Amino acid sequence: MGVDSIKSMSREDFKNNDYIDKLVEELNATGANVMVGKFDDLINWGVSNSLWPLTFGTSCCAIEFMSLGAARYDMARFGFEVARNSPRQADYVMVQGTIVHRMAPVMRRLYEQLAEPKYVIACGGCAVSGGPFKNSYCVVPGVEKILPVDVYIPGCPPRPEAMFYGLMQLQRKIKVQKFFGGVNRKEKIEEFFAEHPEEKGQIG
Amino acid sequence: MSDIKEKILKIYPEATFEEGESLLVNVAEKDWLKVATALRDELGFDVLTALVGIDWKDSIGVIYYLTATSRNWEVVAFKVVAADRENPYIHSVSKIWKVADFQEREAYDMLGIKFIGHHDMRRFFLRNDWVGHPLRKDYDTNPEINPIRLNDEENEDDTCVYELDEKGEVKEVPGKVFEEDEYVVNVGPQHPSTHGVMRFRVSLDGEVIKKVDVVSGYIHRGIEKLAEGLGYPQILHFTDRMDYMSAHQNRHCLCLCIEKALGIEVPRRAVVIRTMMDELMRISSHLLAFGTTAMDLGATTAFFYGFREREQVLDIFEKTCGARMSMNYNVIGGVIADLHPDFVKDVKELIRIMPDRLKEYNTVFTGNVIAKNRLKGVGILSKEDAINYAITGPSGRGSNWACDCRKVHPYGVYDEVEFDEVLETGCDSYARFLVRMKEIEQSCRILEQLVDRIPEGDIRAQVPKIIKLPAGRWYQQVEASRGTFGVYIESVGEKTPYRVHFQSPCFNLVGVMDICSTGHMIADLITVGAALDFVIPDIDR
Repeated sequence: MGVDSIKSMSREDFKNNDYIDKLVEELNATGANVMVGKFDDLINWGVSNSLWPLTFGTSCCAIEFMSLGAARYDMARFGFEVARNSPRQADYVMVQGTIVHRMAPVMRRLYEQLAEPKYVIACGGCAVSGGPFKNSYCVVPGVEKILPVDVYIPGCPPRPEAMFYGLMQLQRKIKVQKFFGGVNRKEKIEEFFAEHPEEKGQIG
Repeated sequence: MSDIKEKILKIYPEATFEEGESLLVNVAEKDWLKVATALRDELGFDVLTALVGIDWKDSIGVIYYLTATSRNWEVVAFKVVAADRENPYIHSVSKIWKVADFQEREAYDMLGIKFIGHHDMRRFFLRNDWVGHPLRKDYDTNPEINPIRLNDEENEDDTCVYELDEKGEVKEVPGKVFEEDEYVVNVGPQHPSTHGVMRFRVSLDGEVIKKVDVVSGYIHRGIEKLAEGLGYPQILHFTDRMDYMSAHQNRHCLCLCIEKALGIEVPRRAVVIRTMMDELMRISSHLLAFGTTAMDLGATTAFFYGFREREQVLDIFEKTCGARMSMNYNVIGGVIADLHPDFVKDVKELIRIMPDRLKEYNTVFTGNVIAKNRLKGVGILSKEDAINYAITGPSGRGSNWACDCRKVHPYGVYDEVEFDEVLETGCDSYARFLVRMKEIEQSCRILEQLVDRIPEGDIRAQVPKIIKLPAGRWYQQVEASRGTFGVYIESVGEKTPYRVHFQSPCFNLVGVMDICSTGHMIADLITVGAALDFVIPDIDR
């Protein structure tokens, strides 16, 4: 019953991913060194299979994330189970729930405290776009306004299967990225921060 | 009704009355403090059920819903209007009903009403540097005035008290939240055991808590303001996302309130279904509370046990409502879809396994010596305090206060089923925990009585395509998983409400964090919070 939506997806569709194909193209265009490329693969294989989340949730999605950790869905199968309470020990932050104005600087600081390489997943309608609260006076309309987001998971809240799909997309993304000399990623983060400065103190 | 009018006239002869869904008494601002004291002491209005600040465009004021528990839980509304709309002052009742402490701060934050005599008039939900008060009708929503600020908020230790001087003028007296030499530790907003984004600033003496300052608003989404711009069917879905562990009950409450205003008769089948869904939701919520309480004490296994049965409840929801969480099942006039053919079978299966599973929980966790040591004698809340702070739900019943809304203001089919109101006399965290465990049994008992008696018939009454409420005000309460949830609607006869207020139980629960944890160790802050079991989006709304 529950897994129908994923089961009904054909295997080809599951792997078909324009976004990641584009990323691979981009990487190939800049030219990957064969030797370093192999190391990249090895390291990325390791990173993608031991992604540790930061326990961060503001509302309903966090409860579904708890279900993900419980016995039926058991995210330990994919190496996601070691939810860390300190951002310094976590690999990615899955933003579960609405981010409001008061939370925005805290969220940004949490992201800055994550150790490199770090990733952001916007989980649920609120984190993707502000969701049902988009028009509110104090809601950040999508966490992309303050953080560089890697994967979006729609849903209100997303089913655990959808969360798995999102997390596996992140794994796929990591598997094709460059680790050594992988400045492309870092540059993008720096670009993002330059566009969304803290000193100015505000985003219009 | 006339009886209560006479009594009120006796203590306040100038009172004027407005008839409505419940009696409304107009009280002049200058007399309010005197009247409020008399209401509690002489007429027995011991619970401040709701405090709703409203901007009527030409004036601004507060409607207080007071309950007299000794007189069959009679509810009377009192309206107090501030003299000056631009700079409104109203006397604080936070010394009479302690629950008003945070509620008045909320009203100040949202409407800018300054309460004379309130000990700590700071903003509650919004940043210190916020411009304007959102629930005022003339609030400017221009994002340039309040952009997303990414600079850290300054900790504000300064507060102020508004007092009347000899001439009767209001003056501002500066105050401090914490003294200069106090040792203040910050807990949250990103903390695994605050059950969300709650922040406490805790003053410590060694390891012992001296004072807890609650800093809320890290998930304040402005639901009440949003609701003012939406039609009635459109605001229903917000209720599922406030206390997501009481989604059915909250939505039930809003539907009941609108149905009451429209005079819609809900088909019997829908009423029974709603009641059953409420009880399933309560089971799911208490199972989660059991799991998280255990996890906060370090018992991860118990968390898995709790979630195992919770998944079974969620399966029942999913089959009928189509979603595991945020079910959006109740609609105005009934429910949105008929029951799944497996519903009866699944519920019977759940009722069959629960007694054994509860036994298992009690063996694994409740009887455990660590659990007992951490929970017993911690977080004491006397019955008097529970009433004064309006702590309802399992937490209030853990303090031996019979406050179950299903008993005192029956709705649904609760007056036709047999169940016990679980009361514990421990007044501590352990008592609250036990109440939850025993309430699961009672919920099963209610389900057992109803599962074979679901009548055939329509699931939804005929409702007009465009829903317009007549002018007036309505207040409806239901028993959510964490306490009495209330909805206030004021309408001026349009498609959108003029003012909606959600009186959430968790808002009151967080108000007792200070008195419950003072004198205990810093580690007990977490267990007190776990046993009170608040849901943060319900507080902040």
